[in-house]
Order: sequence, then structure tokens, then C-alpha cells
Amino acid sequence: MKMEYIPGKKKGTVTLYALSTCGWCAKTKALLKELGVEHSYVYVDLLQGDELEQAIRMVERFNPHGSFPTLVIDEKKVIIGFREQEIREALG
Amino acid sequence: MTSGEISDQEVDARYRKLDREAEEGGYHLNPDADFTRNLVRGLLVNEKRFGYPACPCRLSSGTRDDDRDIICPCDYRDPDLNEYGTCYCALYVSGEMLAGKGPVVSIPERRPPRSERKKGGMQTGKVALPTMSYPVWRCRVCGYLCAREAPPLICPVCKATKDRFERFL
Repeated sequence: MKMEYIPGKKKGTVTLYALSTCGWCAKTKALLKELGVEHSYVYVDLLQGDELEQAIRMVERFNPHGSFPTLVIDEKKVIIGFREQEIREALG
Repeated sequence: MTSGEISDQEVDARYRKLDREAEEGGYHLNPDADFTRNLVRGLLVNEKRFGYPACPCRLSSGTRDDDRDIICPCDYRDPDLNEYGTCYCALYVSGEMLAGKGPVVSIPERRPPRSERKKGGMQTGKVALPTMSYPVWRCRVCGYLCAREAPPLICPVCKATKDRFERFL
């Protein structure tokens, strides 16, 4: 699955699963930018076929509801939704 | 960006229409105009992609039958407004939130996960009681009830389409 890579401060492996049309996803993406954290993101709604299914399964692995945004840090910590304080504490 | 195909004029026009319809029905759009504009753009992007304005904050299947519950306004808007003062996207907010009585925040997803979702389709399973001269139809979005042979083409309260109605009695 192709991810967009954003260079920045290393705080672990930070991956954002987002939708290109979603307001809270945009806020989460902007917050990561503001914090200057190295991360990768993917707009799942722009994927198709096998890539799409693969991305959905990955999100569901970390967040059984399969909702967006899902932020995964080091494959352990999962932050679902735009939880500003939680994101700042984890990555600030 | 796919959103590049939607002009600012289209976004403004839909924004005004949604705002007018919301206020007429006793609902309110989020007063954060930039945030709301982006969601309206997302609705138009989805309308172009799928043929219906699927929720911009949920992943659409691309099939109307599977997405009927998340066509905006979604089946979950009103329970979320009651419980949190905002819908899942924060496109719609309660009067209290509009008056600044609380922060509009990202809320939990009320829609069941895809493994637990039932297939869509208008539910017509219930049989009308013999004493009733008409079946009663319920709008799944706002709860509007009407007794007539078939549901209206558009819900007069919340503007949801006919396929969002279920047989109530």
C-alpha cells in the first residue's frame, strides 16, 4: 500500500489512516504537521481493489470499528478520532 | 486532489441550501464556516463519485444499498445530536453547541462495524394491523411518521429520500 511520507522529528513509526473528505482527518493531519512529527499517511477512500481491502483490514486490526482517522504509533498505541490532547501527549 | 473538481461556487451553493434546510427543520450547521465548507465539499465529492452524498467522514462502499444509512443526513445524526450535541462529522450541531455551551469534539462511531452491518433495503416486513386503513412509514433519519400508501419522495422534515423510510406499522 502506497503511503505518503512526511519527514520530521522521529517519535516512532507513526501512521495515519485517513479519508480525503473527512474534517477530523484533516484536523489530525494538520496537528501532525504542527507537531513536526515524522509520519506516513494514506487516504483510504482514494484506494481501489486489493489495496483498498488491505488498508481496511489494517485499520480494523487496530480499530475494530474501522473508522477514521485512525492513528497508529509503533503498531501499539492507537488513537481513534481527532483526540487533540491525546495526540499532543503521545507525540508532542 | 479529487476535491479540485468541485468549484467554490458549487460548494457555496450547497452550503447555503443545507443551511437553509437545516434551519427550517430546527437543525443547525456547525458555525465554524471553514470546517463546514470542507465537509460540504466532501459531500459534493462523494455525490460526484457515487451518485449520492455519502458521509464524508466514513468510508463508502460505493453501493447505495450498503451506504443508505450514511447518506447525509445519516441515520445516526439525530441520536448523536441528542447525546453529544454534534453529528459524527460535526457538520450538524445542536442549538446548545451553536450557542457556545460546549466544545464540538470528535465523537465515537455509532454505525456498527462492517462485520455487524445488515444489508440495506427498505424494510417492509411488518404487516399492517387489520384495523388500519393505511400503513405507517417512518423516516429513519428524523423519525417523521406518515400514514399513506407509500412514503413521500422526500421527507418534508429532513429532506431524506424515499428509500430512507421504513415500514413502522
